[in-house]
Parts: sequence; C-alpha cells; structure tokens
Amino acid sequence: MLYLDNAATTPLHPKALEAMMPYFTEFFANPSSVYAPAQKVRAAVGEARQSIADAIGAERDEIFFTSGGTEADNWAIKGVLDSRGGHIITSSVEHHGVLYVFEHLKKQGFEVTYLPVDTEGLVDPASLEEAIRPDTRLISVIFANNEVGSIQPIKELGAIANQHGIPFHTDAVQAVGHLPIDVKALGIDMLALSAHKFYGPKGIGALYVKRGTKLAPVLHGGAQENNRRAGTENVTGIIGMAAALRASLDEMPGEFTRVSALRDRLINEILEKIPHTKLNGATGEKRLPGNVNISFSFIEGELFLSHLSMNDCCVSTGSACSSNAHEPSHVLMAMGLDSVLANCAIRFSLGRVNTEADITNLMSILQPTAEKLLKQSVLYDMHLKNKR
Amino acid sequence: MDYSEKVIDHFMNPRNVGEIEDASGVGTVGNASCGDIMRVFLKIENDIIIDAKFKTFGCGAAVATSSIATELVKGKTVTEALTITNKAVTEALDGLPAPKRHCSVLAEEALHSALWDYAQKNGLTIEGLEPPKEE
Ligand SMILES: Cc1ncc(COP(=O)(O)O)c(C=O)c1O
Ligand code: FES
Repeated sequence: MLYLDNAATTPLHPKALEAMMPYFTEFFANPSSVYAPAQKVRAAVGEARQSIADAIGAERDEIFFTSGGTEADNWAIKGVLDSRGGHIITSSVEHHGVLYVFEHLKKQGFEVTYLPVDTEGLVDPASLEEAIRPDTRLISVIFANNEVGSIQPIKELGAIANQHGIPFHTDAVQAVGHLPIDVKALGIDMLALSAHKFYGPKGIGALYVKRGTKLAPVLHGGAQENNRRAGTENVTGIIGMAAALRASLDEMPGEFTRVSALRDRLINEILEKIPHTKLNGATGEKRLPGNVNISFSFIEGELFLSHLSMNDCCVSTGSACSSNAHEPSHVLMAMGLDSVLANCAIRFSLGRVNTEADITNLMSILQPTAEKLLKQSVLYDMHLKNKR
Repeated sequence: MDYSEKVIDHFMNPRNVGEIEDASGVGTVGNASCGDIMRVFLKIENDIIIDAKFKTFGCGAAVATSSIATELVKGKTVTEALTITNKAVTEALDGLPAPKRHCSVLAEEALHSALWDYAQKNGLTIEGLEPPKEE
C-alpha cells in the first residue's frame, strides 16, 4: 500500500503507542479520584499538558483537552460569543470544522465576513484590517490549509486582531507538529490542534486559550479541565498526543527538510511528465512540507481517485469529508479555479513514513493512469476539437 | 465509496470507450449538480442499434453506467432501447451507493439524447421518447 493521505490522518508514532500502553492496563484510574493510583494518572495528565504547552510556547494552564480539532474549533468560536450577537470574521478557505460553525452562527443572526484569498490561497492582512468593525467579536483564520497547504500570514493577522482587541482564533490542526509555532510571538488568543494529524491517536485534541480570554464552556458537567470542559479525560489519548507531539518536535528539523524535498520532487515530476497538470496553492515556504495538490485537467478527480485506490494507492480529492458529495472544493473555488478544474484536483499528502521510493512508485502508477483516463475523457476531446 | 464489484469492473475496464465517426445519433448531456458530462454515439441500421460507444467526464459510477448502458443497448431495436432506464442500468450493475444514483440518470439521458438525435436526423418519431432537456 502507498499511503499518501497524511493530511487526512497519520499512523500512530511508535513512541506514542509505547507511552499509551500502560494507561490501558495498569494505570486505568480516573484522574479525578482521590486514591493513590489516580494521583499517578493525574500527574501524567499534568505532564502531558506541560508538553503540549511547551510545544507551542504556551503555559500549562492555557491548554485544555478536547475530543479533537472539531470540538476545539467549535468551542473557541462559540465560547467567545454571547447573546449580544455582532460581527465575526473568518477566511473563505476554512475547514468545515470552522466554516460550518460560522454558517450556523450566521443563521443565528451573527453577521459574517469571509475574507477572500489570492490565487495561492492566501489572505491579505489588509483585507482583515478593512473588514473589522466596532462590533467585531471574533476573528478566526486557519493556520495552514488542509487541501492546498497554504500557510497564512498568521503573525500579521494576529497583530491586527491584537491591535483592535478582538479575540483571534486559529485552526492549526494541519500545522502543529509540522511547523514551528509560538503562540505568544504570533499574537494568537486561541489555537486548535488535533493529535491524529501529527502521529497521535484519533479523537483527542486541545484548545490553547490565552490567559484572560473570556471563553464560556460548551460542555457542561463535571469539574474537569479547570471547570471549563466537562467529561472524564481521555487519558490514553492525552498521553499519546503528548508523546507524539514531543516526537514530532524532535524530528521536525530533519523531517521538515526531507519531506519538503519529497514534496517538491513530486510536484516537479507530475508537472513535467504528465500533460495538462496544474499545481494548486503556494510554493516553497508558504506551503506545508507534505502537501501536493494538483489539478489533472480533463480527468474527473473522483474517477482518478477510484483508479488509484484500485492500485493500492491512498490519496484524496479535496477534503475527506466532502468526497461523497463531489462538489467542487470551496477552497479551490475561493482561489479562483473554475468548477471543472476544481473537480479535477487530487491531494497527495506526505509524512514521516514516506520515502523517495514512494514517489517513484507513485509516479509509475500516476503516469499510465492519467494517460488512460485522458483518452476516455469527453472534455479532452472537446479541448482537442476546439484547438483544431 | 462502496461500489459493487460489477461497478468497479466497469469503471476500471470500461467497455465501448471511444467514438463512432459516422454515428447515426450522438447525445451529449451534462449534470448540473456535479458538472459531469457524458456523450454517447449510436450506429443504427434498419432500426437495430449495431454499435454504441461513449466518452465521459465523470465519476466512477458515471463511467460504469455508461459502459453498461452501451453494452445493454447493442443489438436492440430503437424502441427496445427505451427500456434501458436508469433503474435498469443500476440493476445491471448490482446497485449503486445512494449518493451515486444521479449518475445512472446521466447514462439514461445520454442514451435518449442520442436516440433523439437519430430520430431528428431521419425525420422519425420514436414512441415514448421525450426531447432532451435544454442544457
Ligand atoms: C484544518 C482542519 N481543521 C479541523 C480538522 C478536524 O479535526 P478532527 O478530525 O480532530 O476533528 C481537520 C481534520 O480533519 C483539519 O484538517
Ligand atoms: S457524481 Fe456526477 S456523474 Fe457521478
């Protein structure tokens, strides 16, 4: 199997698995209990919280565990708003975990501004400055995009939000563990992360909340997470997430360079060897090290995906969540692609387990598949006839 | 996507892909919701469909339904061809996942549109054949 869908999820890091094991068996106590075995678990959860905080330049009491990226995004956005209503700002290239929260809030009466992006999928900080109103209650911009890997100018956006005293949230689910992040230096008030995108387990994530940020709970119940997020802790998940993040940070200096080089090799080989291909998104430093998003003109993405899947090759069209619906990606549309070219996009996302040999193998599948599918395409025929 | 083995077989190895240069009827239809396009070519002699070919721009289900529709239509009379509905196509493929039902409609429409084109060119009326919808 060729696994090139690391933006959808990643395999568990062996160190994370190892760290988790004792908490399935020996150390099973509820960390809220009073007896000695619980104290041991409570301490381990505290250490994990410290590791996560250290990894993003935060303090331990600013980290709150959640069930993943989606919950962290929902909490950050819904928790800062109140019955006054008002105006909220996000980008037009958010993950559904943010986008659909904004759509929901719009129905509830909030006024929403969706910041546009350029052809590389990047927000212009000047457009944020322009969008801000006296009643703007929240700004939420994705750190790095899950479909095209574009890395937003978070520092500039954060500075503008800070200047106006407006809470600034970022969905950093695709960035944490892959890019160096310092929440203080970037002016971030809230940041969502999810373990399974950096070799941790699924169903666990965290929200960083800067001290002093007014954030109401969304989950009410027990007194866990300093009374702000109820529910018995996902202890194994928390331990695994912290171990995975530590391992990712240890490996980051080497992995960033290695994976970026694999990415650029794949981009170059596809553009060179397969006709009618186009790269979607930014290049170099402004792109996540593992992201490759290419439109194979005239070949419908879902069909391409099905063929690759039959060749044991796991890749994705835009985002996994919308792959049933086969609607053009809102991200690619926001970048100005026409809907046909957006429907021809394939995302390859590389990670720590991928090698040079994977790229070679992938190319040996991609090239003949693209050639075969081009010959079946009525759009390609139309294109050839128009040229004549 | 959980496709049946038959669907997978038909999109991995589609039958009748191509064009017929001197086709008796050609139908091109598009699906507004997904943007997919299908084109069917029919060669008709003495009221019998002797050859059928297609090209698409669409998902695996779109390819599979056009592949099986062109298989089913060969050897049929023009009137018999009208029995190849989206339902017949779906059944012949051992079913389609719910979000993919509309793809079989595209196959039926492309077939009917090619038959309509044939009828127009030859000044015929085919009992039960509706004109293709405007794109
Ligand atoms: C950018 C982004 N935000 C949020 C999420 C949701 O995270 P989770 O799957 O942990 O709920 C994902 C991944 O699916 C993502 O890529
Ligand atoms: S999704 Fe459009 S034809 Fe299948």
